[in-house]
Amino acid sequence: MNAPHITVRTYAVVYVLLLTLTGLTTGVAFIDLGGSLNTVAALVIAVLKALLVVLYFMHLRYSDRFTWVIAAAGVFWLLILIGGTLDDLVTRNILPGELHLTP
Amino acid sequence: MNSSVPAAPEAIDIRAHQFEDVEQQHHASWLGMWVFLATEVMFFGGMFTGYAFYRVGYPDAFAAGSNRLDIVLGAINTAVLISSSLTMALAVYSAEKGRSNATVRCLILTMLLGAVFLCIKFYEYYQKFVEYLVPGAAFRFEEPLRGSAQIFFSFYFAMTGLHALHMIIGLGLLSVIAVKARRGGFSAAYYTPVELSGLYWHFVDIVWIFLFPLLYLVGRHLHP
Repeated sequence: MNAPHITVRTYAVVYVLLLTLTGLTTGVAFIDLGGSLNTVAALVIAVLKALLVVLYFMHLRYSDRFTWVIAAAGVFWLLILIGGTLDDLVTRNILPGELHLTP
Repeated sequence: MNSSVPAAPEAIDIRAHQFEDVEQQHHASWLGMWVFLATEVMFFGGMFTGYAFYRVGYPDAFAAGSNRLDIVLGAINTAVLISSSLTMALAVYSAEKGRSNATVRCLILTMLLGAVFLCIKFYEYYQKFVEYLVPGAAFRFEEPLRGSAQIFFSFYFAMTGLHALHMIIGLGLLSVIAVKARRGGFSAAYYTPVELSGLYWHFVDIVWIFLFPLLYLVGRHLHP
């Protein structure tokens, strides 16, 4: 969509934020947060970065509702795909070998 | 600008006959690109699902395999790709202001950064061959994780390979757009191809934003 209200300054701020979050996720990865918290932290930071790219670089923030629906639908079906597959794995032991499930 | 440049796009009827007006035509292209990107989410989604499945099943092998990747090169490549997204955003920005020369410069910069990313990526692939980390008969890894670590590296090559393929397609796309921009094919009134190529490039960037932590950072806190 046309987004004449986005300035070079906005792009620069988003860029610096993206680099900062990249540094943060790399640094945090070396600290043992315990359990699966490392994965959670990595995914939260990745989602934040993706949101910055989608909202500002891809202009979604300035787009109409229809575009929002399409973008949300992509994420929604992806979550069904991953969630539906993983719930099968964690409720039935279907992998051979050294499988052990972390809580 | 030389004199052989074709008529300014404003003078050409850029509207296809099935559309009411140029704005509706632009909206249709815009939505079409987003629908395509939603199908791309599903395309990559299959691999992310497979990754999640085996990661839950073989956490030790995924952590140990992840630690054999070069985290410095991975982090540098993330920064390179984010920088290329910035220059791509600036290319679209210049295009919407009708500044063709700036658009071309930004597109070339974006392609250069994309090429740097691919060079680093292929150097990493080379390293993996040297270290016997390519799945197959020659794969070497400490037991008892040898079998399941091959699964990790299969995902590593498949996911980064599919991503690299998208980068190569993106480079082809951008070079076509850059040539067209250089020939004065776009204006503030019509720059849809620049905008939609930008959407594609940013999408590929987002895929890497998820690949980097999932492949490179998984096990750092366990075996620093």
